[in-house]
Amino acid sequence: MSKTTAKLMQGNEACTIGALAAGLEFYGGYPITPSTEIAEICAEELPKVGGKFIQMEDEIGSIAACIGASLAGKKAMTATSGPGFSLMQECIGYAALTEVPIVIINVQRMGPSTGMPTSLGQGDLMQARWGTHGDHPVIALAPGNVKECFELTLRAFDLAETYRVPVIVLSDEVIGHMREKVVLPDPSEIHPLRRAAPATRAGYKPYAADPDGGVPLMAPFGEGYRWHVTGLFHDESGKPTNKGEIADTLLRRLARKVDKNADILADCFSESLDDCDVAVISFGSSAMSALSAVRRARAEGVKAGMLRLRTVWPFPEAIVDKVASRVKRVIVPEMNLGQLALEVERVVGCRAPVTRIGKVNGELFHPDEIYASIMENK
Amino acid sequence: MRVEFRLSGSGGQGLLLAGIVLAEAAILEDKNAVQTQSYGPEARGGSSKAEVVICDCDIDYPKATDPDFLLALTTEAYRSYAKGMKKGLIIVDSSVVLDPENKTRTIALPILQTATDVVGKKVVANIVALGVLGGISGIVAPANLEAAVKNRVPKGTEDLNLKALRAGLELASHAKVQE
Repeated sequence: MSKTTAKLMQGNEACTIGALAAGLEFYGGYPITPSTEIAEICAEELPKVGGKFIQMEDEIGSIAACIGASLAGKKAMTATSGPGFSLMQECIGYAALTEVPIVIINVQRMGPSTGMPTSLGQGDLMQARWGTHGDHPVIALAPGNVKECFELTLRAFDLAETYRVPVIVLSDEVIGHMREKVVLPDPSEIHPLRRAAPATRAGYKPYAADPDGGVPLMAPFGEGYRWHVTGLFHDESGKPTNKGEIADTLLRRLARKVDKNADILADCFSESLDDCDVAVISFGSSAMSALSAVRRARAEGVKAGMLRLRTVWPFPEAIVDKVASRVKRVIVPEMNLGQLALEVERVVGCRAPVTRIGKVNGELFHPDEIYASIMENK
Repeated sequence: MRVEFRLSGSGGQGLLLAGIVLAEAAILEDKNAVQTQSYGPEARGGSSKAEVVICDCDIDYPKATDPDFLLALTTEAYRSYAKGMKKGLIIVDSSVVLDPENKTRTIALPILQTATDVVGKKVVANIVALGVLGGISGIVAPANLEAAVKNRVPKGTEDLNLKALRAGLELASHAKVQE
């Protein structure tokens, strides 16, 4: 089947094809609406390429299995939605501290709790950053259309390997279930990152790295490298420690892995932003409604512009800062009660008023709702 | 030009598949198409809605805002969505109880009955409906609808579904708008 021709594809399907293109070898998961198609396709496709699909007993087991597979040298992924994402939080912290690359796709639905399983929500934005306890590095990418489901899942694997962090693909019910026309690159054009093993087994120190955000080389378990993996703070050999100095150095290094590369990680879509008076900042499916509203306002001569975040964590401060330095007003539409707005307000400060448009009824914004806000005090 | 379709009925009637096939037929014709859906937690019997937006342009907003065509296979779906129609055309199954107060252009066709009596299987009512929508809107060539049906229906049911599509197109060719 040629992938260079236009195809009608669903967001969840595109995530899965992106993962397979990245070299996915292991999927451990527990099906949950609206992410289930990802598990279904992995169950069908992974055995064909020598990979493994396991349906675990729950989401805790699912992410733990992925961590195990990744330690053994495999590219591993799980997919879930809010309730399952909550259960995965502890192991996200474990993966962050033990520096095990994994990819987690969270197709957000309306929460909290079981919420409205078949309805849209974007209420897991802060949870993706701060859901597990303790300071920890994490990267989260938010696709805004079906093609980006493919592209960002592919990127998520590369970033997980590069920085040895859990990477979250923060999709949502509309993006995940929507079908649209996409043209994907030919597999021969894709060159996913391969994990390089340390040269020597003797004296291997799994956590020896430059304290300024260095990333140690990762050896596959079971191939003769001796190392110890623990969720306790540990020294360069991986052995547990309670020494404050070592803990301090380790946690600062982990945070720096992401922080010092914020510019490389930052990724946004923008339209009509350079000369705009009113900037609309959003992510995921909300941004589709927002873009429609911005285009309508532009057509009517209003200087509106769109900034859609494709990387949500680390928060692309430099890009938002640049927008904030110029505009008269910022509008933040999102399918929650103001989580992205908190970050935007932090960066914008008192330079421009920030209008929050939060929606929590499970139904995607109508463009008119955002258009009306653009036209107020324009 | 942006053309919006809303296909509504009861869960299990296959309207999602009909929406997917319509979107795929549009893509075969080199148009842009986006298909979205909303459904309740029930697998069968709850409300079900599929939307398809077709355009030669870039589609930013994926949902129908003011549908050009509303298909309603049940009275419940008709009651939910007919009121909001401004410029479009409503196509209902003949079994749907119409609201005499609703002044929107409406066509009633025996879609469910055609599936049972003409095609021979009630389950292909969705593809009969697709034929009706394709025929009345004229948005895609029948050949592309046929190709998309063949791509998307379960293996072994192609002939049955093509028969259903043709029965729908036939219904559409005799359709009269009730003003």
